[in-house]
Amino acid sequence: MAFTTSNSFYWKGFRDGSPFVLVAIPFGTLFGVLATEAGLNIVQTMTFTATVFAGAAQFTALQLLQEETPTLIVLASALAVNLRVAMYSAALTPYLGGAPLWQRSVAAYFVVDQSYACSTVQFEKEPDMTVPQRMAYFFGSISPIAPLWYLCTYLGAVLGTQIPDSWALDFALPVTFLAMLGPMLRTLPHMIAALVAIVVALLTTVVPYNLGLLIAGCIGMMAGAQAEVMLDRRKAQA
Amino acid sequence: MNSIDPTTMWIVIVGMAVGSFVLRFVFIGFVGDRPLPPWLLRHLRYTAVAILPALIAPLVVWPAATGGQPDLPRTSAATVALVVGLLTKNVIAAIFSGAATLYGLLYLMG
Repeated sequence: MAFTTSNSFYWKGFRDGSPFVLVAIPFGTLFGVLATEAGLNIVQTMTFTATVFAGAAQFTALQLLQEETPTLIVLASALAVNLRVAMYSAALTPYLGGAPLWQRSVAAYFVVDQSYACSTVQFEKEPDMTVPQRMAYFFGSISPIAPLWYLCTYLGAVLGTQIPDSWALDFALPVTFLAMLGPMLRTLPHMIAALVAIVVALLTTVVPYNLGLLIAGCIGMMAGAQAEVMLDRRKAQA
Repeated sequence: MNSIDPTTMWIVIVGMAVGSFVLRFVFIGFVGDRPLPPWLLRHLRYTAVAILPALIAPLVVWPAATGGQPDLPRTSAATVALVVGLLTKNVIAAIFSGAATLYGLLYLMG
């Protein structure tokens, strides 16, 4: 029965997604805390976290808003941070593109690092899965994460103002992002992209409106893509 | 840090909610089964590794909490988080080592 097999794939996804709650819990709490410290009320914080559902982009927007960056630049920069979910969406399309539109719309909202990471591994490993089975797996992988993300953001927002300065929470964001960055630097082009972006970001801090972030991001991205092309060419010649 | 104007905040929330959904929906929803140009995918692959460090680098080199003066606990914590993440591929391990370094050094330097 199709239903039973989809059901078992849902639970397989659930199990595979479970370890990521270790990221969702501290990250969600941290967002709630920092949002409250930045002056957002609970309604703003929860609407933000529930509708955007992308931690890194939310942190970026928060940081830039506190630096009095113009609204359009905040939006452009935070959405640039989120460009990677477009890549995930592209990568999942061959597997899930055949599902009904309403399912694809709901799935789109849940495209995040964790669901993408679980799903691509699983779909490549078992290429014979049907589209409903893949959808079931995809939703399973996000099921343990999403509720905890909302809940922890809420708890963080409630705790927020009670946390003393000596906890040095100003530095929680850099440490968390750098911790995420390490595992992403899988290849030489990834490292080149990061390095170029860092150098350009430090050189462009004088550019007004925090535009340096967008400039550095774009140049880093192009450097990575270019490095990949050059390495591929060298490999082809060898 | 300055307090954020509520109107601005709501514009950012709505804009990001719509924008993030469009980014996620664009391929899975609109493109369907059609293939994508390789140059586009190649650039998208490097967005996260470029823009995340670009956001963080100035915060590490000139931390706001110290009035923009580079300081040892923060620089060390950043280095440890990055290196542990690189070596172990484990985000949680990297976060905790970075935090331990920060608190350890802040405590020692009193």
